[in-house]
Parts: sequence; structure tokens; C-alpha cells
Amino acid sequence: MSLYEKIFDSSIKAKATRLAFGEKLKELGSKNEQIVVLEGDLSKSTRTDLFAAECPDRFFNMGIAEANMIGVAAGFARAGKVPFAASFGCFLTGRFDQIRMSVSFTGAAVNLIGSHAGVGIGEDGHSQMALEDVTLMRSLPNVRVFQPSHERETHSFMEWTVKDPNPSYMRVTRQGLPQVKDTGATFKEGHWEFLHESKEENVPCIVATGGVLEPSVKAADELIASGAYPDVSIVNASWLNPVSKENIDRILALKPSFVVSVEDHYKMGGLGGILAEMLSERPSSPALKRIGVTEFGQSGSPSDNYENYGFTGPGIAKQITGA
Amino acid sequence: MNFHWPKETLSSPQTRKAMRQAILESIFLAKSGHPGGSLSMVEILSSLFEAGFQLDSSDFYNPENDRFVLSKGHGVPAYYAIMSQMGLFEAKELAGLRQYGHFLQGHPDRLRFDKMEASTGSLGQGASVALGLALGLRLSYRAKKISRLPRVYCVLGDGEIQEGQVWECLMSCGKFMPGNLTFVLDYNKGQIDGPTSEVMNLEPLADKLRAFNLEVSSCDGHDVDRLKDYFSSCHTQEEGKARFLIANTVKGKGISFMEHPNKWHGAAPSEEQLVDAIKELYEGESPNGTLRG
Repeated sequence: MSLYEKIFDSSIKAKATRLAFGEKLKELGSKNEQIVVLEGDLSKSTRTDLFAAECPDRFFNMGIAEANMIGVAAGFARAGKVPFAASFGCFLTGRFDQIRMSVSFTGAAVNLIGSHAGVGIGEDGHSQMALEDVTLMRSLPNVRVFQPSHERETHSFMEWTVKDPNPSYMRVTRQGLPQVKDTGATFKEGHWEFLHESKEENVPCIVATGGVLEPSVKAADELIASGAYPDVSIVNASWLNPVSKENIDRILALKPSFVVSVEDHYKMGGLGGILAEMLSERPSSPALKRIGVTEFGQSGSPSDNYENYGFTGPGIAKQITGA
Repeated sequence: MNFHWPKETLSSPQTRKAMRQAILESIFLAKSGHPGGSLSMVEILSSLFEAGFQLDSSDFYNPENDRFVLSKGHGVPAYYAIMSQMGLFEAKELAGLRQYGHFLQGHPDRLRFDKMEASTGSLGQGASVALGLALGLRLSYRAKKISRLPRVYCVLGDGEIQEGQVWECLMSCGKFMPGNLTFVLDYNKGQIDGPTSEVMNLEPLADKLRAFNLEVSSCDGHDVDRLKDYFSSCHTQEEGKARFLIANTVKGKGISFMEHPNKWHGAAPSEEQLVDAIKELYEGESPNGTLRG
């Protein structure tokens, strides 16, 4: 059985995590009167339109004015509400000072939802792509940062965050993502999903997050099929702040030949940065290979973009072997 | 929690003198701070908390209390001064302003002092937080989670409203009609680099604010009778124009050598200057106590 078959449930249709978010928000909002939603004129894209139709009295379209939207969301939190504020990730985190002061430093439990992560959005091009948002958000000590790579953990995080007293940032994709089979592990703050732990020592361990989990698994299958390695470990790094040290313990226990980070985000400061920081604190850690975006994004179909930025199965495999 | 809230005397000349003394002494002890924009707010704050603000004197955290957001965070010595007058903390704590480890931070810090409604000091942000509070409290009131609709007050600085976010917020007030929100502008006409009219002119300010669909008034921001009349007439409704008071003030008010658009924006007095200032404030009489050990 391929890793792809082991990890993904092909009987379920791929779903964008923005849609998984929008559907869950509608469900949570119809049950919990404290939930309010703020939107920056992108409700059909972020999928807050589903909540808006269900709970119009608690939906606030703030127009194209994200700085004010973030501050108003902080005020809602101070009034005891559970606010979700959504826009494209680049536009939200572009208002960094409002998040830094009115949300993070005020300790306002605002749930920020940044959609349209990375070059995977395709044709709209660079200005609409969130590529530095993880770096920015995880620099704030109390902001919980989460990037789901499938529907189930999108839902798990949302159920968790509505009860959590800290601010949060969830990064969701425009494009559809396949469902990951339930590993049976309980959802726990800071803990990654270990989807395949190789029994072979001295093979690569791929740690991927968000939209590039699927091509990373394809790359692992390709590396095994080509005979480059007898096996490859796969980790889904959905938590990007905080990240439990136990994830690193577990990776090191696999005794991998090297660790690979894969993310549709700038190579600097995101998941690759997290692993570089955490592995370097260990006395003898394996080498780290970071795969991510190193230049500005551009227009093109999502699949053309993934091809050109090296995020296909063969593209990732090639970067891992260095061939 | 019980605190002493002498509502009837907050705007008295004696209390205002004590506030000015606290501002000057705490900034002197800290060797830094913003006396100009703190002194200009004394009448605004004392009139607001005497005549407008509704607060359960046995429970500062009662969800039906009115809320106060100090958007011009650098003016916080004035807010600390009135909080101590209200018994929200002991007056001797004022000597801890800006000292390492003390809860009276140089700008409002809600994580270290939870009686602050929001952390502010990066200008232009408090207005949005105040609007969110007003809308959130209105929702709670409509859902019958609280039986009184609290009012939200936000004090802004004049240099501060050069920030675009303030105008985003005022625009959205025109849409959401928070009838329980009052903004007060401490229009002291000065900012760090010089007179506001030169750094970035705001005029015609009242016309701009009216065009944003706000209920605009203006008055002498040091006339406590006018201010108290205004605050006691802010009748709260679920839906209505947000109110905006342009309070015309003097930066450094009350200490003649500090009355200047920018000279005393962010400078602490020397010991000699402090002595002169206190002498002027009390017209040669001795103040009743001092923060100076």
C-alpha cells in the first residue's frame, strides 16, 4: 500500500479548508450566541457568507478597512463575545500593528482567519497571496497559529479555539485538500499529526503543513518507488505556535537521516524556521532541508504555480534528493 | 471588591489640583513621560467620571458598567491619577509609574493591569476597540444577557486622529449607529514635532466629523460645568449617531511654563521646575501630601 493510500481517504471529496471553516463557523454560530463574525468584504471567498446567511444579526461586514475590523474584533472580545475576523491572510496580517497591540498585547481572544494561503491561490497573483503571515503571527507570544491540512482538523481547531482565552490565527487554503484518515490521536494544543513513522532508521522525515501535505506524501511515495529510500516518515505540522517539544522528541526518536520542511509560505520564518530553531537546540540533531517559496509569487493556474514553485510530488522529491 | 468612588467631588478644584500634582510628581519620579497631554485631559476625565460614567462602586468588573478606552495612551498619567482618586488603587502606587516591574506602565498595558480596557499607545487604535465594545455590549443587551446597556467612552488625542484607522472607525460608526458610544477629542493643538495645524492640519474638523454621520459638539475642555452638562446629557440609545465631543484644551494646562504646543509633550520636569509647578498649582500653599518619599 502506498503512503498516499495509507494517509488519505480517497472516498471523501477534496475540500478547501476555507470551506471547511465556513461550514463549521455556521454550525458553531447557530449554537453559540456569543460568536460574532467580522468580514472585510470578502465573505464569498473566506466563506463567512454561510454564517452571514444563518446569523445575520451577528455578522458585521466592516468593508475594506481591515485595521478597524481588527480593533473592533478586539472590542467584541473585551465585551465577552467570541469574535472571528476573516479576510485574505495577507490583508489581515498586513495590519500587523493592530494585531500586535489591540489583539495580542491587549490579550483579546480574537480568532483571525486568513484565507488564500500561498502561491496555491493561482491566477490572482502575488498581491493576494499570504506568504509571510506565519512568520508574522508566530512572532507574537500569545497568538495560537494553526494551519489545517484537512477538514477534520479544521473543525477540531475551531471547537478548541472558541473555548481558548488566547488570540488565534488560522491559515486556510483556497484550493481543495484531500481528507486525512483519522489516526486516532487526540487533538492537543501544539501537537502535530504523525501520519507515518518509518521503522527504518536513517531515512528522511518530511514535515509538511497545509496545502503541500498532499504533494509531500506523493513525493515520499515517489522516493520509495524509485528506490532512493526504503521508507519516508510523514508528519502533518498543523500547529505553528505553540509547537510542543514532544514533536521534536518524536521526530528524533525516528532517527531520520535528515528532516525536510515543506510549506507554501516563504522559506524564512515559517515551518522551516520553526524546525531550524527547535532542532538547533538539540545536541546532535539531523540536518534540515527547507522547502518553501523564495521569491515573489505570480499569476498562473494553481497547478501551474505548484509545478513552477516545486510543490508537486516530483518537484518535492527532486528537491529532497538534490537531483 | 470595594473601592472608594467620590463621584460628587471628582471635578472639584481640590481633586483636579491633586491630579495635576500626581501627574507632575509621577513623571518627575519616572524621569520621563508626557506631562503636556496629561495635564490637558484633567477636566475631561474628572467631569466624565463625575457626571457621565456609570460604575458599580462595589464591582469594577460588573458587565453592566460603562467602559473607558484611553486611545491616547501616552496621556495615561492623567488616567492613573483619577483612578487613584476613585480608589481603584492606592495613591502611593503612582510613584511606581514607569518603574521596572510596576503595573503602572508608561502606556496602558492590560496584560499587567487588567483595569485597563485595552492596551494602547500605538496611536489610532482605541477608537476601534471602543466601537467593538459598544456593539458587543449592544448585542448582549439585545440578547438580554445584561439588563442595562452600558455606554462606552473613548478619549482621543488630536495628533492621533491623523491615523487612517480612526477614520475607518468613524465611517463604520455611520453604518452601525452605536447609540451608546461617545468619543472625546482632547484637542490641545500640539503634537511632538509642533502645532497640530502645522504638522498635519485637521481643520475643518467639525465639518469632517459631521460628514461621517456623527453627532458633533464642541466646548472649552477645561470648563467643568460645560463638560459635566455634556456628559450628563449623553443619553444612551440602542441605535443612534455616535457622539463626538471636540474639547478645546491647552496642552500643559494649569502650569504656565508648560502651556506650550510641544515643549512639554514628552519631557519630565527638573526638581526645580517641579517645585515651581507645585507652587503655582497651590498658589504658595502646601499640598496635602506628596509622592516624593
